[in-house]
Amino acid sequence: MHLAVYLPLLMPLLAAAAAGPLAGRLPPVAATWLLAGSAVALAAASSAVLGLLALTALVRIPLVGAAGEMSMQVLSRGDPASVPVAVAAGVLLAAAAAGACRAAWRRTAALIAAGRQARRLPGAGQVVVIDDEGADAYTLPGWPCRIVVTAGMMRALSHPERQVLLAHERAHASAFHYLFTTAARLAAAANPVLRPVADAVGYTVERWADERAAAAAGDRRLAARAIARAALAAAAAPPRPASHAAGALGAVTSVPRMRGAGPVPRRVAALLGPPPQPRLLLCAAAVLLVAVAGASALEAARELHGLLDYARAATGS
Amino acid sequence: MRDQAGQPGDAAGARRAAGELEAGVLAVLQAAGRPLTPGEVRDRVGGGLAYTTVVTILSRLHAKGVLQRRKAGRAYVYAPVADEPGLAARRMARVLDGEADREAVLARFVSGLSGTDEELLRRMLGDPPGPEGG
Repeated sequence: MHLAVYLPLLMPLLAAAAAGPLAGRLPPVAATWLLAGSAVALAAASSAVLGLLALTALVRIPLVGAAGEMSMQVLSRGDPASVPVAVAAGVLLAAAAAGACRAAWRRTAALIAAGRQARRLPGAGQVVVIDDEGADAYTLPGWPCRIVVTAGMMRALSHPERQVLLAHERAHASAFHYLFTTAARLAAAANPVLRPVADAVGYTVERWADERAAAAAGDRRLAARAIARAALAAAAAPPRPASHAAGALGAVTSVPRMRGAGPVPRRVAALLGPPPQPRLLLCAAAVLLVAVAGASALEAARELHGLLDYARAATGS
Repeated sequence: MRDQAGQPGDAAGARRAAGELEAGVLAVLQAAGRPLTPGEVRDRVGGGLAYTTVVTILSRLHAKGVLQRRKAGRAYVYAPVADEPGLAARRMARVLDGEADREAVLARFVSGLSGTDEELLRRMLGDPPGPEGG
């Protein structure tokens, strides 16, 4: 086993570095599919090669080798993965499996609880306004999803801005965004290197919903303003009163530099810019890299299989 | 347009919005890393706030569940219940209870803001600069 086995372990590093820039440059729907898909594929590929490496240690235990009727000589000569590397891979794989199981368990429990809560919320409509002074709004995943808006948030926004908020949350509900974020989060639990990719998916589903809301409102600046004002209200820092007098509508004015900015200012800035354009080349490059990782894992598996076959044949003769 | 922030809480002086004062007081307590008395909060917030104003803000934040307090001698000392993301999580806890990972499954309209984020948003909204700016 040569480069093929290590490539799927290196690709997640590349994906982690590329996730942020991709999330900012690709149209949000494409970015979400691409990043969530890549996270799952890369987690699977890296776990697979860890498993292969661990297997090379396992078959070198004489008892296991004997049970599989394999030649120890061939195994130790034919396999370049040293025993410490193989053992380390085994430990990492166990940690990955434990992390993924724990994350899956916790996420499932949370989704079930949210679904139960969504059913228990008062009223029959999709939107529930709860009596809470704090400004907050979110979608509870469930069957069906429910949209919760606090009274404080309703008060903080104008009528058209509330329509943007609701369109945004409806987009989350109707496009099942929690499935994308859950898939990416589980992949990151199995391979923590992929955490930036999962974070990027969290951002792109917000952008996805933002673009839907902007399209529904037919006004990107209105959508940008709704997000900015809601965020300031949620941070218990409402827009300064003078802005009502100064800008007639508190209009979003200029786009400052976004270096080091958090997700909310970047979302606002994205809406103030032109609608995102599809970038086929960028998408193709990303898909290609993930495909290379997958192919490498398969190639590594084929090599190991060949080696094991050879070791078996050596004892048979 | 509704203007709930402009309550006449401190009629004298710069007439800063109540919400802004609350945010300032909260920021001071978060930065302090230990519970503070109203006097200590007043000294750190600056801007020549009256002691009673600070006490009013602190009790209001306490009533909102943002601050916790305990008796220390004759006065109360105040500390934040949780940091900024924790604050959002706690609000949500009134709706959802007792499950781990619950924050993660919510598609929240707006996530928490850092201080820089807040300034960026204000600039994009065309808000007047903060008190330190002008």
